[in-house]
Amino acid sequence: MVNIKEFAKREVKLVGGHRLCAGCPAPTIGKLALMAADKEVIVSSATGCLEVSTTIYPYSAWKVPWMHTAFENTAANIAGVETAVKVLNRKGIIKKDFRYLCIAGDGGTYDIGLQALSGAIERGHKFLYVCYDNESYSNTGIQRSSATPLFANTTTDPVGDIRKGKQELRKNFTEIMVAHNMKYIAQAALSNIQDMIMKLEKGYKATDHTAAFINIFSPCIPGWGIHDGDAVMLSKIAVDTCFWPLYEVEDGQYKLNYNPEESGKKIPIIEFLKLQSRFRHLLDPKNADLIAEFQKDVDDRWDKLKKKCGIRTDLV
Amino acid sequence: MLSKQEISTGAQARGGSSEDFNTGSWRALRPIIDTSKCIHCMLCYLYCPDNAVCIIKESAKQNGNPEVTGVDLKHCKGCSICSQVCPVHCIKMIPEEEAKKVDKKD
Ligand code: SF4
Ligand code: SF4
Repeated sequence: MVNIKEFAKREVKLVGGHRLCAGCPAPTIGKLALMAADKEVIVSSATGCLEVSTTIYPYSAWKVPWMHTAFENTAANIAGVETAVKVLNRKGIIKKDFRYLCIAGDGGTYDIGLQALSGAIERGHKFLYVCYDNESYSNTGIQRSSATPLFANTTTDPVGDIRKGKQELRKNFTEIMVAHNMKYIAQAALSNIQDMIMKLEKGYKATDHTAAFINIFSPCIPGWGIHDGDAVMLSKIAVDTCFWPLYEVEDGQYKLNYNPEESGKKIPIIEFLKLQSRFRHLLDPKNADLIAEFQKDVDDRWDKLKKKCGIRTDLV
Repeated sequence: MLSKQEISTGAQARGGSSEDFNTGSWRALRPIIDTSKCIHCMLCYLYCPDNAVCIIKESAKQNGNPEVTGVDLKHCKGCSICSQVCPVHCIKMIPEEEAKKVDKKD
């Protein structure tokens, strides 16, 4: 268990004065990701809310070496940096060991950055990749991404008389990462902060051997239509509805870190949907079947995950 | 092909310089921390997206543990995450206009 008071003594390296929306949890995720590192960190960010808003010229909120080039290549960037440091060390020009961190949204991870990420992992580069998943292209005005859930209203999948928001299922990106056979892959949420810090620490350690990946739930204030202060509370509901299960895969072994069914805390998906205006149309009694369809998708994914974690699904 | 000297280094900015920028003017609600009730658990400090909760890292009063001292009004955007995560409910959000009136009186 992480000692929060001791953890708080570490230096903060993603500071205030950035221009992210009030209440956006992405900078909290970035801040904690930097604090969790056991060595100095070099960061690469993909285009996205966090990148744009923390580095509005001539300001930067990052107190670490940080770089951005484009949307699609954050993992390629870090692969280059990691290799350069290796060569400089071998030539004796520097004598220093770093940790490498990529931080990107779902657009830069699930969609646009996927091939660079997949390639960098396969080539054996050693970096921690953190995705803050806000389930849309928020920075450019809430367009759908492959992380956007079923029936969510976005500017490219608006709700109309016939189509009720996004028609396609969300990509299960964490599982795509598991298929890359890294030492450590995890899913985390801010509501379970100690679990999240533990995962970040494990993620860095795993980069002694391979790349590592952590997917972190990151509610978007304007995109999802929620109140400024609700990101942490909504994360908790996402976890308790099993929409965003907390689990990790270490050396191929699945482990569920928190099972809301066991503690009797599992709640129906409507509790998650009803708090967000992007799902407002689902509350119309005419659309009750859509909620049932949504619930079925959540249950299917949850059952599959439980099986992988060795938990019997016939007992509940 | 460009030689090494000709490759642009791109735009650069001083690390942490965003702290010079005032985002406190965004605030519609202001967090008021009742430090007499605070148990200095550090949750508000760690969760604050704008790094606007002020602490003393090694406080003698807290036996070397960190102590919450207040809010950095230059950066606090008034999101109220701190108030929501506080386990002892000792952070109240009050309208900024009211808070400003009190500021003037003091
Ligand atoms: S209101 Fe928001 S920005 Fe202000 S101190 Fe609290 S968490 Fe930080
Ligand atoms: S969350 Fe509340 S109790 Fe904990 S340090 Fe902040 S003000 Fe104090």
